[in-house]
Amino acid sequence: MTVLVLLDHADGAVSQASRSAVAAAGRLGEVHGLVAGDGVAAVAEAAARIQGLSRVLVADAEAFAHSLPEPLAALLQSLSGAYDHVLAPATATGKNVLPRLAALLDVQPVSEVVAIEGPDTFVRPIYAGSALATVRSGDAKKLLTIRAAAFDPAPAEGGTATVEAATLPADLPAPARFVSAELSRSERPDLSSARVVVSGGRGMGSGENFSLLAPIADSLGAAIGASRAAVDAGYVPNDYQVGQTGKIVAPELYLAVGISGAIQHLAGMKDSKIIVAVNKDAEAPIFAVADYGLVGDLFTVLPELQAELNKTA
Amino acid sequence: MKLLVPVKRVIDYNVKPRVKADNSGVETAGVKMSMNPFDEIAVEEAVRLKEKGVATEIVVVSVGAAQAADTLRTAMAMGADRAILVQAEEAPEPLAVAKILRALVEREQPRLVLMGKQAIDDDMNATGQMLAGLLGWGQGTFASKIEAGGDALSVTREVDGGLETISLVLPAIVTVDLRLNEPRYASLPNIMKARKKPLETIAAAGLGVDVAPRLQTLRVVEPPERKAGIRVGSVAELVNKLRDEARVI
Ligand SMILES: Cc1cc2nc3c(=O)[nH]c(=O)nc-3n(C[C@H](O)[C@H](O)[C@H](O)COP(=O)(O)OP(=O)(O)OC[C@H]3O[C@@H](n4cnc5c(N)ncnc54)[C@H](O)[C@@H]3O)c2cc1C
Ligand SMILES: Nc1ncnc2c1ncn2[C@@H]1O[C@H](COP(=O)(O)O)[C@@H](O)[C@H]1O
Repeated sequence: MTVLVLLDHADGAVSQASRSAVAAAGRLGEVHGLVAGDGVAAVAEAAARIQGLSRVLVADAEAFAHSLPEPLAALLQSLSGAYDHVLAPATATGKNVLPRLAALLDVQPVSEVVAIEGPDTFVRPIYAGSALATVRSGDAKKLLTIRAAAFDPAPAEGGTATVEAATLPADLPAPARFVSAELSRSERPDLSSARVVVSGGRGMGSGENFSLLAPIADSLGAAIGASRAAVDAGYVPNDYQVGQTGKIVAPELYLAVGISGAIQHLAGMKDSKIIVAVNKDAEAPIFAVADYGLVGDLFTVLPELQAELNKTA
Repeated sequence: MKLLVPVKRVIDYNVKPRVKADNSGVETAGVKMSMNPFDEIAVEEAVRLKEKGVATEIVVVSVGAAQAADTLRTAMAMGADRAILVQAEEAPEPLAVAKILRALVEREQPRLVLMGKQAIDDDMNATGQMLAGLLGWGQGTFASKIEAGGDALSVTREVDGGLETISLVLPAIVTVDLRLNEPRYASLPNIMKARKKPLETIAAAGLGVDVAPRLQTLRVVEPPERKAGIRVGSVAELVNKLRDEARVI
C-alpha cells in the first residue's frame, strides 16, 4: 500500500504538523510526500530529508502559491489514482483542501485522526473531545487529516527520498484569488509544537496585561496562547486561540492563567503532559484537569512567578 | 442575491455529552438541543447582508429528524425568509449532506451558500468544502469578515498564522468562524412571525441522494480521565514541584 501525504509548508520549511502526518502514514504503508507551491525547490529538497518518505513529488507553479484549495484539490485528485490513502495534516491548509478532494473522489473523509488501528480503522475525537469514536471506512480510498499533537513528528533529517516533478493537470480551476495576509510574527516557538505553552484568558483583563506573561514565556522558552474569550475581547490575535476551534496543543507543560476551563478550551490542551492552573476562583473547572493548581490573583502570582523563575535560572 | 444557509440541530454547547452505556454513540434522548453555534453566526451574517440590501432572500435548510424544524423556526425568527427540512432518520455524514445541499442548490440557484465551519457534534469541518468541491465553486472557509461587492466577495479567513484575505468569484461557498459576528436573539414578536413563514418538508430519498453511511462507527468511548492533581499553596511551591517532581522546567 502506498500513501500520499500533503506536505504543508511556510517560509521555506515543511511544517512540523506535516511531519506528524508522515509519521502517521508510516503505519499504513510506503509514504510519498507532495510539495506544492510557487518556487518550492528548496522546500522539496528539505522534504526529501524527512525520515519515512521514499519519494517527494513537487508541483512548482504559480497556481499553487498561497495553497488555494481549488487548484490544490484538482492536483491531488489527478495524483490520487496511485494511492490507497491520501493524508494531510489537520492544519488550516489541510482542513481546507482535503474535504474538497474527498468530494471530488466521492469519499467520506475522516477528520482529526488521533490513532490508526488498521488500514481502514481510525480513532477521532467528537463533541469537543468529550468522546472518542473508532470508525471503519468503507470507501476504496481513505482520506484523513491527522491531528499533529497525537503523533510524534517524523525526524526532519536523515531521510533519502527521491525528488521528482509531479505531472500537473491540464486544467486548474481558479475561482479564488489571494489578496493579502496579515500574519503574526513572533520570536517565540510555534504554538502548535512548543514544549511549553503559557496561555491567558479573560481574567488577564486587557491586551496590555498579556505583557505579564511575556517574561515568563521567555524564561520557559514557551509559546503564548489564549482562550477564545481573550481573543474575542481583542487582547491577542486569533492565531493564539487554543481549543476545539483553535489550535490543539499537547506540550510538556501548559500554564493556564485566568482561564475558567470551558470544555471547548480543554479540547485543545487536555492532552498536555503537565497542566498548571492559576485562577482566583477555587471552583473553576480548569482545576479538575490541572496537575498543579494555584488559587490566587494572577496580578500578584505572575510577578512572583517571574521572580521565582529568575532565581532558578 | 439569494442566500442558502444550512443549519444543523446539535446537542447544546453548554451540555456535557454522555457516551451511551453500550458504546454505540452519544446519548441525545432527553438532552437539550440547539442550533449549531457556527450556523447561528451564518444566519446572522445572512440577515445582516439582507439588511444591507445585498441579499434579497434567505433560505435556510436542515437535514435531519423532524425536530430539526425547531432549528429552522429559530433561524426564521432571526430573519430567514423560508425553510426547507430534508427529513432523514439521523443527520447523515458530510458527504451525503453535501450531496443533498447540491441538489437544493441546483433547485434554488443561490449565489452564495453561507454555512458553519464545523458542526460541534461530529467536529468534521468538512461539509462546506465538500459542497464547494461537488459544485466546482470557490470556497472561503473559516471566515471572520465578509465584504460583498459586485460579482466577487472578499473573505478574510482565520488561518494558522493569522489572517488571510481572498477574493471569491460568485457563486461561492463561505464557511464562517466564531469572530464573524455576534448572533442576535430572536425577539418574541419575531418568534411569532416565524411560525407563519413557509417551511417545506422533503424526504432525503426524494432528492435522489444515497445517504448510506461510508463510515461504520465501531465504538464510542470516553477519553481517559486525567488523574486529579494537587493544590499548591505558593508560587515557590509550584516552581519546586515543576522542577523536582514533574521535571518540566
Ligand atoms: C462553538 C464554540 C467553540 C468554542 N471554541 C473555543 C476554543 O477553541 N477555545 C476556547 O478557549 N474557548 C472556546 N469557546 C468558548 C468557551 O466556551 C469559553 O467561553 C471560553 O473558553 C472562556 O474563556 P475564559 O476561560 O478566558 O473566560 P471566562 O470563562 O470568563 O473565565 C475567566 C476566568 O478568569 C478568572 N479570573 C478573573 N480574574 C482573575 C484574576 N485577577 N486572577 C486569577 N483569575 C482570574 C475567573 O475566575 C475565570 O475563571 C467556544 C465556544 C463555542 C460556543
Ligand atoms: N445535517 C445538516 N443539516 C444542515 N446543515 C448541516 C448538516 N450537517 C452539516 N451541516 C452544515 O455544515 C457545516 C459543517 O458541518 P461538519 O462538516 O459536519 O462539521 C455545519 O456548520 C452546517 O452549516
